Amino acid sequence: MRELIRAALVIARRDYTASVFSKTFLAFLIFPLVPLLIGGMFGRMGSEIDRKATHPTVAVIAPADDAALIGAARSRLAARMGDQALPDLRLIAPVRDISAQTNALLADTHENVVAVARGPLDAPALAGPRAAIFATQHDVALIYDTARADRAFAAAGIARPAPTELQTIVVEQAAGNDSSARMLTARLGQLILMFLTMMLAGMLLSNLIEEKSNKVIEVLAAAVPVDGIFLGKLLAMLAMSLTGIAVWGTIAVATIAIFYPGMATALPPPATGWPAFVVLGVVYFIGCFLLLGSLFLGVGGLASTARAVQTLSMPVTMGQLGVVAFASSAVGDPYGKVAMGASIFPWSSPFAMLARAAEAPEIWPHLLAIGWQAIWIALIIRASSRLFRISVLKSGKPFRWTFWRKPAARAAMSGSSAQA
Amino acid sequence: MTEYAIEAHRLIKTFNGTLAVRGIDLAVPAGSIFGVLGPNGAGKTTTLRMLLGIIDPDEGHRTLLGHSQPLRAAREVGYLPEERGLYPAMHARDAIAFMGALRGLPLKTGRTRADDLLARYELGHVAARPIRTLSKGMAQTVQLLGTLVHRPRLIVLDEPFSGLDALNQTRLEAMIREQAANGVTILFSTHVIAHAERLCERIAIIAKGRVRFEGAVEEARNRLRPRVRLGTRESDGAWRSALPADAVIERGAWSFELPDSGVEPLLKALIAGGAGIDTLSIERPGLHDAFVAIAGEAAAAQMDRPQEELAA
Repeated sequence: MRELIRAALVIARRDYTASVFSKTFLAFLIFPLVPLLIGGMFGRMGSEIDRKATHPTVAVIAPADDAALIGAARSRLAARMGDQALPDLRLIAPVRDISAQTNALLADTHENVVAVARGPLDAPALAGPRAAIFATQHDVALIYDTARADRAFAAAGIARPAPTELQTIVVEQAAGNDSSARMLTARLGQLILMFLTMMLAGMLLSNLIEEKSNKVIEVLAAAVPVDGIFLGKLLAMLAMSLTGIAVWGTIAVATIAIFYPGMATALPPPATGWPAFVVLGVVYFIGCFLLLGSLFLGVGGLASTARAVQTLSMPVTMGQLGVVAFASSAVGDPYGKVAMGASIFPWSSPFAMLARAAEAPEIWPHLLAIGWQAIWIALIIRASSRLFRISVLKSGKPFRWTFWRKPAARAAMSGSSAQA
Repeated sequence: MTEYAIEAHRLIKTFNGTLAVRGIDLAVPAGSIFGVLGPNGAGKTTTLRMLLGIIDPDEGHRTLLGHSQPLRAAREVGYLPEERGLYPAMHARDAIAFMGALRGLPLKTGRTRADDLLARYELGHVAARPIRTLSKGMAQTVQLLGTLVHRPRLIVLDEPFSGLDALNQTRLEAMIREQAANGVTILFSTHVIAHAERLCERIAIIAKGRVRFEGAVEEARNRLRPRVRLGTRESDGAWRSALPADAVIERGAWSFELPDSGVEPLLKALIAGGAGIDTLSIERPGLHDAFVAIAGEAAAAQMDRPQEELAA
């Protein structure tokens, strides 16, 4: 066992340094960020366009005194309701022909106003297309109401009451709506886990193909057990993946901290708490990666070309999607039968348990699940390496569907083959 | 009592229902240079791979440096496979050190030894160059040095001379002799009988998955009687009746096996018959002749053909 681990570490170290200190690794780090950056960029542009589209501007034709009152009223309301909740106002002094001025404003593509408010403060009118009136009339009326109230207070010589100070009371205990918030955390965790695992475990396949084409596999197999080769390759890819995740994670945290500072506090906290959830997330990623990676390595052993890899990995990928769907169906009921089944089935176990970490506070089931997953990882590595010995090194006895035959019949068969 | 580095008993290996190796017995004395000869497809590589534990035999058993599980002896074994394999992006020094590390040598020590070995074999200037930039011969030498770096007790080389030019072949022969002089056991398979003849103390001739001969090179050659080559001035006469029945004319001279009675009675009869002896030589058969006699004409013809031709 010690020799196996030593050999695995030698291979892992070689693979890791060869991968990380290569130009392709830089591409590997950057490429997943490109769609996010493009998405983010277009997202911001889209939201700006959306803001312009959904945040209309209303022109207000009013004398200077009224305009000052209307402008102050909008500012006061925006401070309480948010700027987005009210239309932007363009305060314009009236000219002689107000109807012509109104038409000119509505026709001016540069001004881009959707409606025009005019008339005295006590009897205003709103002109514009039907849809614009429908969208802005209540907001405009509210602004005018506030302006009139201000004018009335001023006329009476009464100071306007100070804004209400609302006292807030935060309770520790999660209320009913926390449950749906944690479901969101659970699903988000599963989604990230699936994305990372599938993207990174797939790389193992091409790595093994490269090894076979280099003919290095013969040198390795003569020096160390095939189990050691498999374990070494898995560990190298895992270390490489964790390096990538660390880089992407740092970029993500920095981006959130700089550009979306409120987002971190807006995320619903998981039942186990953030520190335990993050640690479990890393552990379940490792488990998930090793479970899927060892399976991919076995498949990679059967393939000799990139095309064969694609053909063979397709069922594995489809199966993995099914497994994620299975684990995802358990979200919302962490103590239910589906959740239990998903936690026991090895390939869905990391997904189901990560969701559980978001929804249920107990830690001991996680220790049990991690041990269970470790057993399966060892079994799959052994099975995959045996498959590899049979398919690539042409060694070991091929699996036969004759295990049900009587011993005497099997003995007769082996005797005849030896004589051949 | 002879100590054996490798012992194999009744090794059998089948690939997809075809018997590749049909019960091979082998005993390689420790400290010897042992050659495995045979034509393509004879089962040499399969035998070596079974001996090293890369593949398991279907039947039979083997011990490598006293271990019945060959990988347990991996730290004391060096192996150069027939299909050379190195990581193209790896530097020559690191490639050698990595091969040592696979067999238990610390990487740091491996790098130091790699530099020494490369310098000794006049490749010091390529130590920091990636393998992909080296010539085929250089890369092969680097891999060979990788089999030596951890100072093994047994070195197994599968067709080590293939792909090397004459100069590098001579260097490799010197390297093998040097290792053997240090007490290292060398087992190599070869296509070229001349290498085995020059290097080996003992050989095994394998054909069609079986060992047809195992023993000393001299022993193989002694299996054939020496041949007499006789040149006469007269083309015919009474002396012809003194020639053995197997006498044939080859390249303008009579050729036949040395008779049991020796050369003296024959000479007397030829002189008495008026043959007019021009030249007479007694030639010991070479390993090639022994190989022909043991493995058969077809196998020998295959051995004599260049490997590229066989591959085509």
